[in-house]
Amino acid sequence: MSFKRFWAVFVYRNWEFLRDRSSLTWNLLFPISLIAGFTFAFSGPGLDLYKVGLLNDTGDRNGSEFFQTRFVRFIPITDLSAALTKVERHQIDMLFDPAGQRYWINEESPKGYVLERMLRGADAPPTFSKQTVSGRAIRYVDWVLPGVLAMNTMFSCLFGVGYVIVRYRKNGMLKRLRATPLRPLEFLSAQIASRLLLVVVSTVLVFVGTDLFVGFAMFGSYLALFVVFTLGAVSLLSLGLLVAARATSEELAAGLLNALSWPMTFLSGVWFSLEGVHPFLQQCAQLAPLTHIIDASRAIMIDGAGLADVSGHLLVLSAMSLGFMLIGAWMFRWE
Amino acid sequence: MSALLETCNLIKRFRGVNAVNGIDLAIPAGGCFGLLGPNGAGKTTTVEMLEGIQQPTAGHIRYRGEALGPRFRQEVGIMFQSTALQDFITGRESLRMFGSFYARTLPLGELIQACALGEFLDRDTRKLSGGQRQRLLLAIALVNDPELIFLDEPTTGLDPQARRNFWELIHRIKARGKTILLTTHYMEEAYHLCDEIAIMDHGRIIAQGTPRELLEAHFDDVVLQLPAMDFPDPPPSLSHTVVRGRNSVEILTRDVTAAIRELLAHGIPLGRLQIRPRTLEDLFLELTGRELRT
Repeated sequence: MSFKRFWAVFVYRNWEFLRDRSSLTWNLLFPISLIAGFTFAFSGPGLDLYKVGLLNDTGDRNGSEFFQTRFVRFIPITDLSAALTKVERHQIDMLFDPAGQRYWINEESPKGYVLERMLRGADAPPTFSKQTVSGRAIRYVDWVLPGVLAMNTMFSCLFGVGYVIVRYRKNGMLKRLRATPLRPLEFLSAQIASRLLLVVVSTVLVFVGTDLFVGFAMFGSYLALFVVFTLGAVSLLSLGLLVAARATSEELAAGLLNALSWPMTFLSGVWFSLEGVHPFLQQCAQLAPLTHIIDASRAIMIDGAGLADVSGHLLVLSAMSLGFMLIGAWMFRWE
Repeated sequence: MSALLETCNLIKRFRGVNAVNGIDLAIPAGGCFGLLGPNGAGKTTTVEMLEGIQQPTAGHIRYRGEALGPRFRQEVGIMFQSTALQDFITGRESLRMFGSFYARTLPLGELIQACALGEFLDRDTRKLSGGQRQRLLLAIALVNDPELIFLDEPTTGLDPQARRNFWELIHRIKARGKTILLTTHYMEEAYHLCDEIAIMDHGRIIAQGTPRELLEAHFDDVVLQLPAMDFPDPPPSLSHTVVRGRNSVEILTRDVTAAIRELLAHGIPLGRLQIRPRTLEDLFLELTGRELRT
């Protein structure tokens, strides 16, 4: 292994990326648009979970407690026929007619069922006493942010290395490099190091930017989080390398990378918890590096876990990195 | 002269077919060795095995008497027919990057001067013209001051000026005592540049020698060339071989005077007659046939 040769590939790969304005813009714009999306979605009064149409709303609601329910948006409606169609199509969850003291729900709609229970419960005599719990207040944004950061890292790593190597192979650049004393290990490690630098910098930018705009929970150590994301990025870069080891067309590489990244996105609990899904799927999720990055980073950010607490995830990520890298290097072909 | 690069019974088999079928070559140090052949002759496969890009199925290749190894990689320069350079990188940076891969390099100034790179050295490599690009690729192939340089169809796609300019660069490399292995489809190029040529077909070497030796060995006649419109159709009975093409008619003869007398006797106008010696292209077509290869 020659550091001089590794460094030359690393430096000029970085220049190539930094000077490619469209690619650079996209890589910066995407995280920034994520921040903007989060700011928009999680600032202000919050999300309404249910939508109830109010037919010919006059403001006279017979003093019903139901209309005071939080997270329910009441939408004035004048056309009964059109509103019923919306109920049928799940566009609104319930249609309420205060004057006629009647309501409509779609029997197939879970939200309609819940709203009906809420309506009856709100106007029934209080039977149960209210109980409260104390603890850290965790919002959805606090829970979802580690997943979104990890997902962004995953796409950047998989496509950033996999796609580029396949492009080099297709246009003959790899063949030219092969004709030099450069060794596969030097070339591949330089590609990984270059992309890792980019991923780390962009993730830190997104993290800081999101914190500035949204402000999220961080109960653990920043260093521990950095270690998790860096190791996670290495594992995903190694996976990208594995995909690119022999693929000779960008179309095939894109197909393989999509086939890996989308199931990982769904199974790793980026947007929703995997609690309650089929145990087989939960086991499958453990095979994905993304699951371990998200679980470990959530534990650090939300539960204040330390490196020792997430050592299991770190161990799995290390093993995956090593395995993917060894198999990728073994399978790698210049042409 | 000792062989710098030699092969012994080199074979490459693809799906049961021998693309290269037992080639023995000895390329002497210094000078330019040309490898010619029609499409599908096995030329590219042979060159890629010599470059160490492909592994032979059987036989062996020796560089300075040793199997191809790290020393070979350090001492050869390769210019592929089509090579993409890294995007968004200038010529100077490309030279620096490739230079970093070798233990010994030529001074950048010397390379710039040798390949006339000055005017476009700091330009993005994507914005170079065909001739500029080929000169840069040649400079990259020379960055390690190689002893052996592979040039794979280096002037394909260049205009006549750029091609002549490139030939001049190759002459300068030869003058420095370097060994060149050249593949080309331009017979004129091979004739101008090569000290020795080998013609391949169907995976074998079918002729080898200096261009002059090969021409003398295969031809003892000259070509009288007339525009087709000046030659009667059907042709008169002549005592010389007549080859009718779309635009011209060629009469092959050992005795030019007798042939001209015969043409005059048939009343054929000779105002646009051209007399030329046999060329490498004649030899190439004679040895490999005139059917179209794909």
